[in-house]
Amino acid sequence: MITFDAVTKRYPDGTVAVDALSLEARTGEITVLVGPSGCGKTTSLRMINRMIDPSEGRILLDGTPVQSVDPPVLRRGIGYVIQQAGLFPHRKVVDNIATVPYLLGWDRKRARGRAMELLERVGLDPGLAERYPFQLSGGQQQRVGVARALAADPPVLLMDEPFSAVDPVVRTSLQDELIRLQAELNKTIVFVTHDIDEAIKLGDQVAVLRVGGTLAQLADPKTLLAEPADDFVREFLGRDRGIRRLQFISTDRLRLRTDLTVAEGGEGHGDEPWLLAVGSDGRPVGWLARGRPGEPEPAGTYRHGRDSMRAALDAALLSPSGHAVAVDEHGKVVGVATRQALDEALTEAADG
Amino acid sequence: MNWLIDFFGAPERWSGPYGIPVRLLEHLEFSALALFLAMLVAVPLGLLIGHTGRGHLVVVVSANLARAIPTLGALVLFVLLLGTASIWPVIIPLVLLAVPPILVNTFEGIRGVDPELRDAAYGMGLRGGQVLGQVLVPVALPLILLGLRLSAIQVVATTTVAAYTGLGGLGRFVIDGFATQDYASVFGGSVLIVLFALVVQIGFTLVQRVTVSPGVSRRLKVRDSGATSR
Repeated sequence: MITFDAVTKRYPDGTVAVDALSLEARTGEITVLVGPSGCGKTTSLRMINRMIDPSEGRILLDGTPVQSVDPPVLRRGIGYVIQQAGLFPHRKVVDNIATVPYLLGWDRKRARGRAMELLERVGLDPGLAERYPFQLSGGQQQRVGVARALAADPPVLLMDEPFSAVDPVVRTSLQDELIRLQAELNKTIVFVTHDIDEAIKLGDQVAVLRVGGTLAQLADPKTLLAEPADDFVREFLGRDRGIRRLQFISTDRLRLRTDLTVAEGGEGHGDEPWLLAVGSDGRPVGWLARGRPGEPEPAGTYRHGRDSMRAALDAALLSPSGHAVAVDEHGKVVGVATRQALDEALTEAADG
Repeated sequence: MNWLIDFFGAPERWSGPYGIPVRLLEHLEFSALALFLAMLVAVPLGLLIGHTGRGHLVVVVSANLARAIPTLGALVLFVLLLGTASIWPVIIPLVLLAVPPILVNTFEGIRGVDPELRDAAYGMGLRGGQVLGQVLVPVALPLILLGLRLSAIQVVATTTVAAYTGLGGLGRFVIDGFATQDYASVFGGSVLIVLFALVVQIGFTLVQRVTVSPGVSRRLKVRDSGATSR
């Protein structure tokens, strides 16, 4: 656990970057510091590994004040990932990853072995080990940066806007990768970003900071979206707060109908205005309108129980029928969530 | 052409205290000694100032002095002060000449390293000296070597002028040749000096090849990655 105890950072010119910040980053969880530029989020992060020292207050790492530890020793025990990856250009990828193990005096073979293991763990081809950083794409470099931070298996990981310099598609894949890694590793992660969507996606808890370095709200993402503490937080969360809340509501309890499907090429029946054509492989083919023969119209799908209500609603909006098609992990149809079912679930969500 | 044959073809040119091998060695000795001493002063100083950020006025002053002091003037001055009993009247001005390019380029090389990289190095837990030795120097090495090369070329050229003071070196062929209207000697000496400078250049290129990481010089091609992920 990382504890900020009334931490203030004041610069000689009088600027206050962080003002009496108190918060806890719980062990094994991702705590995201988010806020506009000038809110002191990066300063706060860098005070944990003593890249910056506070003017007042204490930071405790599992009860030990970081101020009492020699900075290089402290830093070797804390993983650090920065925006542009900051890889050493003159060293091969494998040696970059092994930086901290080398510093800790591991022998070369063991350090390199560990580096190779991590290369795979962060989803990179082991063939990249002998390349130099300039030969990698931005996304690959960032993965190497994460692998380097993890090399000595530190319990704590500090990430300073690590994914903000890559394009949106790569960013999404890096975020997903981090969530997957964290499920395996259970590190105590402090993550800094200015992107509220990233904060909500990754954080177990989110600390919203305001300019001047004060804490506006500390809450889990769901609570943050449902009950913003004040106008500043509400404004920072931006539009679509209601819709975004849906991503924390499971589709588990969404009522499904199984009588709205028909085998591909089969005839419609009953008086339902729309029926879902299902292929022989169990996958959805498309929606058929009653009394209007023609090509099936595309169906929006979501993975039942895995995806959130947000995905289910999105699927419904993409279907001409207004119903969402529930599929399993193999893409096979398990049922249809009708508008009525979605409406019920949304009402329940609004109440709860 | 005849001058070349006259100069290089004469057997007496290749032996004795005034022969090509001796003059070549003298030239090499003066240049190498001056460069080595300059390096001993300028490289550590440049590293220190670049790394700590303190005392960069020294760099500015040294760069300006280098432009302000005429080397020939300094040479004559030291010879008059110290006489020609030793080689130091020649070596000292050569060192003074060689220090600024090395100092300025070493300083600029270290200072010019991406601050993010420096930050990452500290963040990984490297100590100050390790940051300098393991990260900053390897990354700044092309510039440091550039400074050394510029100084080497200048020193080699100026050592030629040192022949005026009565000391040896390849410049003697040129200067003595003029004095005795032996134009074969003037021409042959000039050719030797040019060749010598070329060899120095090539030497530095080779050193750069061997010592600078391909990751810094980017000598390798960016191969299209066969990796499974972005």
